[in-house]
Amino acid sequence: MADHNAKTPEVHFHRHPDHYKHWKLDFEGDIARLRMAVQEDGGLNPDTVLKLNSYDLGVDLELADAVQRVRFEHPEVRCLVVTSVTPRIFCAGANIPMLASSTHGFKVNFCKYTNETRLYLEDMAANSGVKTLCAVNGTASGGGYELALACDWILLPEDGNTAVSFPEVPLLGVLPGTGGLTRLVDKRKVRRDLADVFSSLAEGVKGRRAVEWRLVDECVPSSQFAAAVERRAHMMADEAKLTHPLRAGPGVTLPELECTRAADSYRWKYVTMDLRRADRMAEITIHAPEAVPANLAAIRAEGASWWALRCFRELDEALLQLRFNQPETGLVLLRTKGDATKVMATDHLLSEHHGDWFVTEVRLLIKRVLKRLDVTARSLFSIVEPGSCFAGTLYEIALASDRIYMLDHPDEPNHVRLSEMNGGAYPMANGLTRLQTHFLGEPERVRQVLSHLDPFSAATALKEGLVTFAPDDIDWDDEVRLAIEERVSLSPDALTGMEANLRFAGPETMETKIFGRLSAWQNWIFQRPNAIGERGALTCYGKPQRPEFDWRRT
Amino acid sequence: MSIADLSGKIPNNVNLKDDKRLLRALESWQPHFIDWWKEMGPEGFQADDVYLRTAVSVDREGWAQFGHVRMPEYRWGIFLADQEPDRVIPFGDNFGKPAWQEVPGEHRNALRRMIVTQGDTEPASVEQQRRLGQTAPSLYDMRNLFQVNVEEGRHLWAMVYLLHSYFGRDGREEAEDLLLRRSGNPDKPRILTTFNDPCEDWLSFFMFTTFTDRDGKFQLHALAESGFDPLSRTCRFMLTEESHHMFVGETGIQRVVKRTCEVMNQVGDDPAKVRAAGAIDLPTVQKYLNMWFTSSVDLFGGEKSSNAASYFADGLKGRFTESKYTDHVCVEGVYEMPVVQEDKLTTEQVPLRIAMNEILRDGYVSDCENTVERWNKVLEREGRSERLYLPNRRFNRRVGEYSGIRFDTAGAVITEHEWTKRRDEWLPNQADLSFVKSQMHQVLEPGKIAAWIAPPLKGINDNPFAFEYVRHHAS
Repeated sequence: MADHNAKTPEVHFHRHPDHYKHWKLDFEGDIARLRMAVQEDGGLNPDTVLKLNSYDLGVDLELADAVQRVRFEHPEVRCLVVTSVTPRIFCAGANIPMLASSTHGFKVNFCKYTNETRLYLEDMAANSGVKTLCAVNGTASGGGYELALACDWILLPEDGNTAVSFPEVPLLGVLPGTGGLTRLVDKRKVRRDLADVFSSLAEGVKGRRAVEWRLVDECVPSSQFAAAVERRAHMMADEAKLTHPLRAGPGVTLPELECTRAADSYRWKYVTMDLRRADRMAEITIHAPEAVPANLAAIRAEGASWWALRCFRELDEALLQLRFNQPETGLVLLRTKGDATKVMATDHLLSEHHGDWFVTEVRLLIKRVLKRLDVTARSLFSIVEPGSCFAGTLYEIALASDRIYMLDHPDEPNHVRLSEMNGGAYPMANGLTRLQTHFLGEPERVRQVLSHLDPFSAATALKEGLVTFAPDDIDWDDEVRLAIEERVSLSPDALTGMEANLRFAGPETMETKIFGRLSAWQNWIFQRPNAIGERGALTCYGKPQRPEFDWRRT
Repeated sequence: MSIADLSGKIPNNVNLKDDKRLLRALESWQPHFIDWWKEMGPEGFQADDVYLRTAVSVDREGWAQFGHVRMPEYRWGIFLADQEPDRVIPFGDNFGKPAWQEVPGEHRNALRRMIVTQGDTEPASVEQQRRLGQTAPSLYDMRNLFQVNVEEGRHLWAMVYLLHSYFGRDGREEAEDLLLRRSGNPDKPRILTTFNDPCEDWLSFFMFTTFTDRDGKFQLHALAESGFDPLSRTCRFMLTEESHHMFVGETGIQRVVKRTCEVMNQVGDDPAKVRAAGAIDLPTVQKYLNMWFTSSVDLFGGEKSSNAASYFADGLKGRFTESKYTDHVCVEGVYEMPVVQEDKLTTEQVPLRIAMNEILRDGYVSDCENTVERWNKVLEREGRSERLYLPNRRFNRRVGEYSGIRFDTAGAVITEHEWTKRRDEWLPNQADLSFVKSQMHQVLEPGKIAAWIAPPLKGINDNPFAFEYVRHHAS
């Protein structure tokens, strides 16, 4: 099998609408239109032909960029219409030859990223007040229908042909793994028996039956389709204005993040990442702001260079670099550096100006980046040393880690701090805060630690359960070294599974089911001979041979 | 119609009177079919007596009974070719195993899709041709048009029979939907694009029956090989009727060309003079040929197709005359396929199964070449040096590998600029279409014929050309 990573050059993550290859993004009043027009020979891997609006990572990077830019750069937008330029084809889903020729690791990370992007669409609709309308103006199969499922309203033309479908099980021997199965029954509440029929029917369901089965919201004759899309888009935009009246004024442009690269390091302004390849680990250091804006006007004047936004955009990119370009990095040490009082002051601004749309968007972006950290399949250790600033929002990074090591130094002060931002601004996928998840067995502790307004010394933090270990200066070096050496010696697969199981205690949500159940099953199937063996269904797709299955059920 | 009436009036060799399931399905479908025929069948001739051929059985005498009949009362029947004893699946991974007499569950959806796609073309062509009776150049031609139409109707019955008998509730719903879609209606179009293109003049009709119905012939041949025996038997019988449609088209163009030659021999080869004399100039005939050939070539689907590979592997759809091949499994071997890379034609080796659409298309193109040769014989006999030609299959495509790239009629890659410059040389423009349309006038008098076409060499069923093939009752 060809090695996708071997053939694909390093992935770069910056995208801009002026240079989109696969989408057209237009604005008109309070409506934005995002139209898919995938360029067949524009794949990240030059050997991939992206037929029938099928997508690879590059297509999804543009989609995620478009959603992000609508949120920050176009506060006037209240409804995003997702549709296609290609006649009779909405989207055929993920490109199968690309998947079939990719490494397991790439497949997993590709799916994870596309899952995150679809969740961002839903996050935008729920929290930013930009409703999403999917105008399925042609065949929507697999990932194409999954994209539609991530929108608030799905409109289908009734022309006797256009269908939505999940052909993965019958044709490819894998799952509609980008949230498809989960959204059918959890979000749209399609009856499970009908969902079963739908998901094993390659040709899909069209017209009125698609509405009856709740697969789409509305179906209109083709000749009235364009008008119905317009009408519905305006209706949704008007509703969004009522529920989210605050979005207004000029937008904030998101510039490309500057990064200085060396062989083993990435240096953004506030985030640095150093690779220790021989040890299969990386160190990410997050720097506190040098100064804090005085008020809302100053925040607006800083725009995308405001520390709270820029720092987390940088961290986001660092995580993507890790996932796609540094597959052998198994352990990440997370550090912070700088003046904790400035982080606390920033938290105060984030909390005080919650009513402002831009501040809200920044909070939501931080929430998403922290979630991306939560589902990053690398061991995460936070290292709290003198000079660090694990305070408030940055303490969430420690809470997202698998372990927290804090140096209890007799001479050098070393503290962690909590702020109001730890009390609910950044819910995890399970709907709880990181503190609530951390103290799932002692819920009263959450209030206790949040009401503790002073900094926590190492001893107090250990006593209060805020850190895992607090060795003193004599033990510190050895304790940390041994923990690292032990960690990187363990099976990477077992660690991925262990961490994913321990990180999300508490209730299930659609989101936890997507990452914890759908993705896990998909990743299992992706490893099985029935999918990727020599005669597996995924391997055989598009080839002359038919799949041959090992019929034993587990 | 009651159940008892149905089984008596529908000619069949499927033991309809004892088939409760089929009778029940037809009881509800048949009235909807008649409603569809009245609404979408030939416009303005439903009350006329038309000299039609009806099949009442599959034997020599039974399949071609002639008589005057009103079209809505035509006896559409259900016929399968005789069962071959011990028939085996003739190709694919199940090669040599007994043919299926019932639909195998794992192939149910694919088979239903294929049958619906084939079935959809039958009523579609009736709809495309529904106004042609109003401009028929003679009663003979009008009758041929209606014969083609009722037989397309019968082919719809054949596919509906399969849906009703083997596909349960889904099959019945699909059978209903076949009557709900409408050619060219953007809200409920027919499945394949070509069957939504208008067919508004008789030159188009003859080209359609030559080229588009010939696609039908090849699709039916491929399905006649199917491991699903009822589909195979149904298609084998349909082929006997399809050949008449191609006869209508091929001889129609022969007669057009003959008439054009006669006029050219009088007034010279200047197209304007030919047109002024009331005939259709050869360049226009060539442009229509180009248009209909290319849109019919599209019907075979993508050059590289994993669906086609699956259909072959599963034993559902074979090749034209499968028995003439030695390798019926086709796991090894490649097809040398011309493809365009960086604006240049080159060859790609495509696994045979993936190239099944193209293999079927090869047979089709060579069949079409023979047809054009026969048309050229007319030019030769009339002492003309001009010749018609078949454009390259890459020219003017909307489907598959070559769509989105410009080719000339010889199949060479050309620029968009050159295409724009030469398009009207190759394909009818608005003026050509209007001219042809302007020549279309109805001729109702027996023995008379329009000026742009020569009469046929002989009539139908040994009747003379002047026979009253259609007794038209002015409404």
